[in-house]
Amino acid sequence: MFSKTIAQLARGLKDGEFSSCEITENYLDRISAQDNKYNSYITVTPELAMQQAKAADAVIGAGNAGIMTGIPIAHKDIFCSKGTRTSAGSKMLDNFIAPYDATLIEKFNAANSVSLGKTNMDEFAMGSSNENSYYGPVINPWGENRVPGGSSGGSAAAVAAQLAPAATGTDTGGSIRQPCALTNLSGIKPTYGRVSRFGMIAFASSLDQAGPIAKTAEDAAILLNVMAGFDPKDSTSADKPVSDYTASLNQPLAGLKIGLPKEFFSDDLNPLMAEQVQAAVKEYQALGAQIKEISLPNTALSIPAYYIIAPAEASSNLSRFDGVRYGHRCDAPLDLEDMYKRTRQEGFGPEVKRRILVGTYALSEGFYDAYYKKAQQIRRLIQQDYINALKEVDVIMGPTTPQPAFKIGAKTSDPVEMYMEDIYTLSLNLAGLPGMSIPCGMVDGLPVGLQIIGNYFAEERLLNVAHMFQQATDWHKNTAPGL
Amino acid sequence: MEWEAVIGLEIHAQLATTTKIFSGASTAFGAEANTQACAVDLALPGTLPVFNTKALEMAVMFGTAIDAEINKTSVFDRKNYFYPDSPKGYQTSQLFYPIVGTGSLEIELSDGNSKLIGVTRAHLEEDAGKSLHEKFPSMTGIDLNRAGTPLLEIVSDPDMSSAEEAVAYAKKIHSIVTSIGICDGNMAEGSFRVDCNVSVRHKGEQKLGNRTETKNINSFRFIEKAIKGEIIRQIEILEDGGSIPQETRLYDAEKDQTRTMRSKEEANDYRYFPCPDLLPIVIEDDYIDAIRSKLPELPDAKRQRFSEQYNLAAKDAAVISGNRAQADYFEIVATSTKDAKLAANWLLGEMAKTLNQNDLQIDQSPVDAQALAALLLRIKDNSISVNAARQVFEAMWNGEGSADQIISDKGLKQVTDTGAIEKIVREVIANSDKQVQQYIAAEPDKRGKMLGYFMGQIMKASKGKANPGQVQGLLKPILDSLCN
Repeated sequence: MFSKTIAQLARGLKDGEFSSCEITENYLDRISAQDNKYNSYITVTPELAMQQAKAADAVIGAGNAGIMTGIPIAHKDIFCSKGTRTSAGSKMLDNFIAPYDATLIEKFNAANSVSLGKTNMDEFAMGSSNENSYYGPVINPWGENRVPGGSSGGSAAAVAAQLAPAATGTDTGGSIRQPCALTNLSGIKPTYGRVSRFGMIAFASSLDQAGPIAKTAEDAAILLNVMAGFDPKDSTSADKPVSDYTASLNQPLAGLKIGLPKEFFSDDLNPLMAEQVQAAVKEYQALGAQIKEISLPNTALSIPAYYIIAPAEASSNLSRFDGVRYGHRCDAPLDLEDMYKRTRQEGFGPEVKRRILVGTYALSEGFYDAYYKKAQQIRRLIQQDYINALKEVDVIMGPTTPQPAFKIGAKTSDPVEMYMEDIYTLSLNLAGLPGMSIPCGMVDGLPVGLQIIGNYFAEERLLNVAHMFQQATDWHKNTAPGL
Repeated sequence: MEWEAVIGLEIHAQLATTTKIFSGASTAFGAEANTQACAVDLALPGTLPVFNTKALEMAVMFGTAIDAEINKTSVFDRKNYFYPDSPKGYQTSQLFYPIVGTGSLEIELSDGNSKLIGVTRAHLEEDAGKSLHEKFPSMTGIDLNRAGTPLLEIVSDPDMSSAEEAVAYAKKIHSIVTSIGICDGNMAEGSFRVDCNVSVRHKGEQKLGNRTETKNINSFRFIEKAIKGEIIRQIEILEDGGSIPQETRLYDAEKDQTRTMRSKEEANDYRYFPCPDLLPIVIEDDYIDAIRSKLPELPDAKRQRFSEQYNLAAKDAAVISGNRAQADYFEIVATSTKDAKLAANWLLGEMAKTLNQNDLQIDQSPVDAQALAALLLRIKDNSISVNAARQVFEAMWNGEGSADQIISDKGLKQVTDTGAIEKIVREVIANSDKQVQQYIAAEPDKRGKMLGYFMGQIMKASKGKANPGQVQGLLKPILDSLCN
């Protein structure tokens, strides 16, 4: 049962092979027996899960089941879910019980899916290794001393360890794609604005986007069908019709034009990984695709630009955590300033503080033009690079990460080295484009991710391109050792 | 050496939307603390703003009313600062691209001259909540009901040079925003607040002196006092060889003086940047034209019309047209009574006095326009005397009923039957032997002054109901007939 995809579980539920209560119970048991190895959940919600499973079974019994009815999933602990602690991986919100549901949670509830609990994450989604969580690091099921990536590391580890059939994540600079690459999963960061951000705790508002983390591209399509859509509560969500992402999964790829940016295959890339990515490209050629080398000349500027814009927005977004209305408040404040200072000193971890400081500095009077404004100009250049490239090719491919899952603690002392982990992913967030990561090989027993980038709102095409690869290869079927 | 003051005002007009600028919570004043603050207003994690386009419409109305530039693209920025009544840790405002650009308006001064005052810009922003320091010993209460109420901040050029000009400008803005219905103008409730930027320099000097900003003044009288006081304070310091530090000040109405709130050094670096949660506001000419065409009559046009159509004195026309509710009230009374002069007199007299005593606005008056008109009609048809009408008005104010009902209940209807009046006149004369003899003995040109006594006695005898005009018409001929 634990190796089944959503598509398989949905068939089993429909055929009466098992009930939602049975699946849910099995998963809850497995979480309580095994998650001490991975630390992938911050909060497990067995009562809520069983209640939702019972309701789902009734819906199935009445013959009204949708594809997600009764399917258990896990949510990144960045989505507010009514009545459940929503911590964003921070001590600041350790005591915060959300009084409302995020739009994404509402949509999964409306689809009668079952929520197993809330997954671990880098604090406020800031990190690439899930070592920045107040609730401790997450262990990659592919190696007990390896990171699962971040910031959606808990979601990725939970799915990779078969502690959930699928999970939600968010991606501000690679936080869905990089963990998927490091744990052999399929995930998509949709176009900015495709999925509502309402109720998703903000890191960098102009970059944040929610998406699914799944075992297959097909499952990702099923989940995205639930998540996508305009939300009047999010002014930046796109008021555009949503396709059925499962409709054209099997469309043949003959004639597909794939661009390979030379900047994604530079010396930074582990040569063994480069081989795997090239092998995947060959596979696509065999499926009828044409390959073209392209250039995204401003790729190198994406890290500096990102590390101005994201911290600047974060410094403002995180100002609300002041100890006044909710969340952590220091003991016995002497006065207002003391309360602010100690509350934030105690409530935020070091990486969050670092980014608040960087962002505050970048927005300061006299520095704004040199940093924030300049970074926004670079952002437009990067976006233009992609727009130009996507006039000539249908999709762009490359590695998701420069190397496979690294060891816990390997990069914690050097933040810039950690930031380099997202070199191939974060330019997409700056451009607002959709991107996927799917498994495409192994290096030293660790998974390798293939990144597929498409044009704005081309999620349907991306999922089709990913799915066809998974029809032709078995990389995505690899499971972590011992499962 | 002669000094001159340079004054610019920043006016915060609360927009009269029913819901907040970025959330669906109500903006009604006076609710129990924190009952009108939703998840967005409380800045709960994950919440996002959604722009209330009603506020946009009102801002554009203001822009078109003063013929200002309307920016077809305007952008919300975040003004970052920590304060407990600013729940997000930033205020959403418009710094770089405001909705309303440059415009101007004319103010009238007491010497009969008028002056053109420039408006630099007007931008949309959200109000903060309130910090209540008095109620909770050693703590501060936070009421977020007001947080997120839409404001239009109207910034003037530094074109004013006296407190009088500043007050005239503030009143002009007040009359415009209330006339077009975008602000209730209630200064006591903080719907219209004024920050005064004041500096002084030697007359003829081009360079501006250091300015102070006195914040959140909520009455025209205080604006005048605060500016006058500030000008004197600055001149005294400069004449003593001192210098004016650039700072923010507060006006203390009780002490009638301003005091330092924070110095330039303590000023925040607000780290403005475009709000990534809100899209730029993009509007088309059609949108602006539609609003312009629906704009209600503006105070200047109304004043002009009132003096022409109703033949009102210039001053009365100005006062009545300056406040939309009052102007509307006036027009109903004037039209129903077909007597604009009488309507104006009562509105600016009895009504204004009574409103003032009760600290009410015209739209809160218990006597509505139709009711007042009904009363004035009874004066016009001689049913009651003006004195009796005042009594009736008081009773109407106290809710005792309609004019006619009160006149009848209190028996105030004038006696207009000539026979009955003549009977009373003759009785009074018969009972006033001494005064009649004095009248007869007096020089004819002194006799007129002596009628007052008889009038008084007659009115008293008629219990005030005899029509004074008729009494006068009868009294003198009867007395004069006794002199022959």
